[in-house]
Amino acid sequence: MRYALLCYNDESMTSAWTEEEDAIVMARLGKVHEKYEKEFGPVARLMPTTTATTYRKEAKVLTDGPYAETKEQLLGFYVIDVRGLERALEIVRDLSEANPGGAYEIRPIMLFSPGHGDG
Amino acid sequence: MGELPEPAWIEARLVAARPRVLAALLRYFRDLERAEEAFQEACLRALSKWRENGPPRDAEAWLILVGRNLTLDHVRRASRLTELTDDAPNAERVDVEADYAERLDESHYRDDILRLLFTCCHPELPRTQQIALALRIVSGLPVARIARAFLIGERAMEQRITRAKARIAAAGLPFEAPGPVERGERLAAVATVVYLVFNEGYSAPQLESERAGLCEEGIRLARLLLRLFPGEPEMMGLLSLMLLQHSRRRARFDENGQIILLEKQDRSLWNRSMIDEALTMLDKAMLHRRPGPYQIQAAIAAMHARAERPEDTDWAEIEALYAALERHEPSPVVTLNRAVAVSKVQGPEAALALVETLAEPLGGYFYFHGLRGALLKQLGRAREAERAFTEAIGLAGSPAEAAHIREHLDELAAL
Repeated sequence: MRYALLCYNDESMTSAWTEEEDAIVMARLGKVHEKYEKEFGPVARLMPTTTATTYRKEAKVLTDGPYAETKEQLLGFYVIDVRGLERALEIVRDLSEANPGGAYEIRPIMLFSPGHGDG
Repeated sequence: MGELPEPAWIEARLVAARPRVLAALLRYFRDLERAEEAFQEACLRALSKWRENGPPRDAEAWLILVGRNLTLDHVRRASRLTELTDDAPNAERVDVEADYAERLDESHYRDDILRLLFTCCHPELPRTQQIALALRIVSGLPVARIARAFLIGERAMEQRITRAKARIAAAGLPFEAPGPVERGERLAAVATVVYLVFNEGYSAPQLESERAGLCEEGIRLARLLLRLFPGEPEMMGLLSLMLLQHSRRRARFDENGQIILLEKQDRSLWNRSMIDEALTMLDKAMLHRRPGPYQIQAAIAAMHARAERPEDTDWAEIEALYAALERHEPSPVVTLNRAVAVSKVQGPEAALALVETLAEPLGGYFYFHGLRGALLKQLGRAREAERAFTEAIGLAGSPAEAAHIREHLDELAAL
C-alpha cells in the first residue's frame, strides 16, 4: 500500500530556526529515513511558501504564494510503500519525534507513476 | 524531543509569534510600552501554562488574548485607585469571543505588522536607532544582545532605545489603515530598515558572533513581510539579494578574518540551497515586470552565483545591470561598482576614466581609493597606486579592510 505523508508545519516557526537548529532537525530526520529506507520512495522538502506561485484555474490568473493561506503550510512530503496504515503510523510517530510541531497527514495514494527520466 | 526540549520549543514558538502578537497588542493599546509589557506578561504565562497543558492550537491568538486581558487587569486595578473612566478599556466589557475573531482578521494583521515595523522607520530617527529599535521591538532581541552586536555597552544601547521610543511616542503612531499608495511607501521604508539590519551583520567577519546573526534576522524579517505581502516584486528582490549575499558567508573571510574577494572565494563553500531559493525568488519577481533597485541588485548577485568559475562571469551583463541600477537610483557608489564591471569588459583604462569622474563625491570613500589604486596598479602606475592605497587605508572602516589594502601595498613593494 502506498501512502503520501504530507508534512505540515507553521512556517513562522521553521523559518525562525537558525542554520544550526535546522541542521539538528535534519540530522534527526536523517536517522529516521535510514531506519525505514526500504519502505521510502521519494522524499521532498519544499522551499519556503514565499517561493511558490499559484495558478488559479477558474480566474486563469497567477498569484504569488501558496494556494492555501493557512497557518500551517505543506512544507514537504514522503511517498512510502508499507504493509498498511499501522506501519505508516509507526513511521509518522518516529518522524514527529524528530521534527517538532505541526502535523503529518497520511494519505493513501491511488495512482503512482515513478517517472522514467531518473534511471 | 531529543536535543530540542520542550522549554526550548516554547521559547522558539514565542519568538516566532512575537511580531504578530505584538503588532495586534500595539493596535489595541496604541502604546508601544504597554504593548511590550502585555506581550512580556503573556509570554511568562505561556511558559508556565503551555508546559503544563501543552501549547494551544492557535498560539498567537492565545498570546494576544492573554496579554491583553492581563494588562487590562492591571489597568483596572490601577484605575480603582483613581476612578474608572468611560473610555478606559474594561476587561469585563469585552466580548471575548467576538473580539478574538476580529483580532485575527487577516487584512488587519498584515497592516498591524507593517505598522509595527514602520514604527521603527520613523524618519526622525537616525539609522542606528531605527535598526536598534527594529531588533528590540520586532525581533525581540534582548538589549544585551543588540549591544553586543553593535559593540557598545548595554547601558548605552538601553539609552539609545529609550530615546528612540520617546521620539516615536512624541511623534504619534499612524493607526489609520493605510491606503494602497501609503502601504507601498511603508513597505519601501520597512524594506530599507530590513536591509540595514542585514548589512550590519554582513560586515562582521566572525561568523558565530552576535553581529553576524543579524543577517539571519534580516532574512527572517524579509520572509515575514513576503508572507504578508506575497505579490511585491521588490520585496522578493530584497530577499533574493540577501540570500545571495548570505550564501557566500562561509567563503568571504579567511581564518584570520581577512576579506576574500569574490573571484578568489572557494565557490564550493557557497550555500547552494540559499542560492536556489534566491534564484527562484528572482524568477518570480521578474514575472511582475516591475523592476526596482533590489531586483536589479539581486540580478547582479545572481550573475555571480550562476558562474561556476570566476572566469565564467558575464561581466557585460553585469555592466548593463549596473547601468540599469544607475537609472533607477543614480548614485556615485553605483557608478563606482559599474566601473569594476567596465574594467572587466573594456579594461582598466576605461574603468579608471570612469572612476576619476567620481573623485569629488567619493573622495572620502574607502572603496573609491581602493578601486582607483587597483586600477592604477593594473596599468603599471605604481607610484600613483601607492598613494591611492595609502589614502584608502586611512579611510578603512575595519581592520579587515585595511589588511586587504596592505596586501596590495606589499605586492607593489615586491615589484
